[in-house]
Amino acid sequence: MGDEIRVRILIGKAGLDGHDRGAKIVARALRDAGFEVIYTGLHHTPGMIVETAIQEDVDAVGISILSGAHNHIFPEIIRLLKEKGADDITVFGGGIIPKDDISGLVEKGVKAIFEPGTPTGDIIKWVKENVQLRNP
Amino acid sequence: MSFDKEELEKIKEEIWEQEYKKLPKREANFTTISGMDVPPLATPAEVNSFDCISDLGFPGSYPFTRGIYSTMYQGKLWTMRQFAGFGTPEDTNRRFKFLLEQGQTGLSTAFDMPTLMGYDCDHPRAMGEVGKEGVAVSSLADMEMLFDGIRLDEVTTSMTINCTASIILAMYLVVAEKQGVSWDRLDGTIQADMLKEFIAQREWICPPGPSVKLVVDLIEFCSKLVPKWHPVSISGYHIREAGSTAVQELAFTLADGIGYVEECIERSLHVDDFAPQLSFFFNVHNDFLEEVAKFRAARRMWAKIMRERFGAKNPKSWLLRTHAQTAGCSLTAQQPLNNIVRVAIQALAAVLGGTQSLHTNSMDETLALPTEEAVTVSLRTQQIIAEESGVANSIDPLGGSYVIEVLTNRIEKEAFDYIKRIDDLGGIIKAINIGFPQKEIADAAYRYQLELDRGERVIVGVNKYIADEEIPIQTLKIDEKVDAGQDS
Repeated sequence: MGDEIRVRILIGKAGLDGHDRGAKIVARALRDAGFEVIYTGLHHTPGMIVETAIQEDVDAVGISILSGAHNHIFPEIIRLLKEKGADDITVFGGGIIPKDDISGLVEKGVKAIFEPGTPTGDIIKWVKENVQLRNP
Repeated sequence: MSFDKEELEKIKEEIWEQEYKKLPKREANFTTISGMDVPPLATPAEVNSFDCISDLGFPGSYPFTRGIYSTMYQGKLWTMRQFAGFGTPEDTNRRFKFLLEQGQTGLSTAFDMPTLMGYDCDHPRAMGEVGKEGVAVSSLADMEMLFDGIRLDEVTTSMTINCTASIILAMYLVVAEKQGVSWDRLDGTIQADMLKEFIAQREWICPPGPSVKLVVDLIEFCSKLVPKWHPVSISGYHIREAGSTAVQELAFTLADGIGYVEECIERSLHVDDFAPQLSFFFNVHNDFLEEVAKFRAARRMWAKIMRERFGAKNPKSWLLRTHAQTAGCSLTAQQPLNNIVRVAIQALAAVLGGTQSLHTNSMDETLALPTEEAVTVSLRTQQIIAEESGVANSIDPLGGSYVIEVLTNRIEKEAFDYIKRIDDLGGIIKAINIGFPQKEIADAAYRYQLELDRGERVIVGVNKYIADEEIPIQTLKIDEKVDAGQDS
């Protein structure tokens, strides 16, 4: 990799849910695939996640939600990114998210939702193909 | 049983092994799901210290390998206790009554995230989460509604709540008072296991030291005033769900138990005054033989710990009473009907392992909270095991199986090795503070994921036998208006 500028990704846990197995595995897999990964830790609000994304100047935000609060948290993150003029940051996510809710989240601007059982290789491939450096 | 060990080993080596080594084997992983070696053929020679009396004993007698009660399921079947909670207290009260009508024998309450973390449902941090992962309880009135029409002296209730356990238990005691039920008639369990929160489930509101103080407060309070209540359910479930191996689940859970007992003794409580009220909660995963062995090893280890390490004299202090839940993390979103089969195998392992109560997961839980139809199938799975399969007729029916005894011994040894490492670190709280169990589990979880990604482990419908087209199933929707309704 050397001095090459790498795609930076923020992996976040939003809301009160503490189930972080998936978030940590995805963070580790993306790191091992050569991305620069920042993990927020637990119990963040959408506002805290957007703040971190901007300060860390990331290219994408990946959110893991298993609490059923996805229909609130994803749109709120996208709204706040827009408000801060950072809506070129790609938002994706995963967790326990019913199929019926996915199209609604995509309409609101979430670029991809990875369902349970997704191989880490599929997530890495998707990030490589869909996330560009915002400031190359 | 008597045999000449030398002769047995000689025959095994010279005849069977010669044949076995010559022949080709399938391209497959022959270790357990936790990566533990299993002997391809177990004989009495592999069961090194198999002493029918001191290692196995009898059900209801030390070291309880074969079960904690002399009659086991002939005396009383395990309690069928389905974890339930969603939406408003009215919604969950209806689900409770439905489950009781279907023949469930105990209640188990799931609270939503704001309740678990101590937020009222009109708090900004509760937005989007009210009633989603469990029932929303912000007040005594909510708690009264939750148990409306259910006599608290006629059911046993389990409540899965940790940081705010003392508040919810206080509300439960008041609901009982209002029904005219005295505290000494209440039977049930409150999870209140904060140590596993730091290790695995990761819901906390204050650091490990003060969190444990609150747990010890509950143990002390219940030992004096609510004598049939289990004030803590020392939980391996969440440790396993976070990706641990079976041995890590067992070792870290018992290490947490040791931590609580030490803190209680530190407070000058007498071990035999509170130990009979301690209870446990284990996961039951896909690897059938490993799981049966894990439950058997757990009982033997806890009996030794309580009698030898803490000098408990009351035999009731030596008992590892446990609830079990089938492994949520083993269920797949793909081809969800297959989950019914996974749950049945896991439930059978818990029963053959000798559990006191059991929750069977529903096939749709990787997608949403379960529908009434799905939860009925999972309850029926337990009823079929109990009343059709015949496994409840004989106590510890797999006891004496060479491979089960080999695995029981091995799991016990490896788990005691972990406990020794934790003792050397200065105990479980210090180990947690330096992230020892957390790191061991995260490494195991990542290793397992890589094995799946490389196809070295098979999950049917996910990385093998993939369907071209998934047939969608009906899922439960939680009304987004619960937030609004609870605000008023």
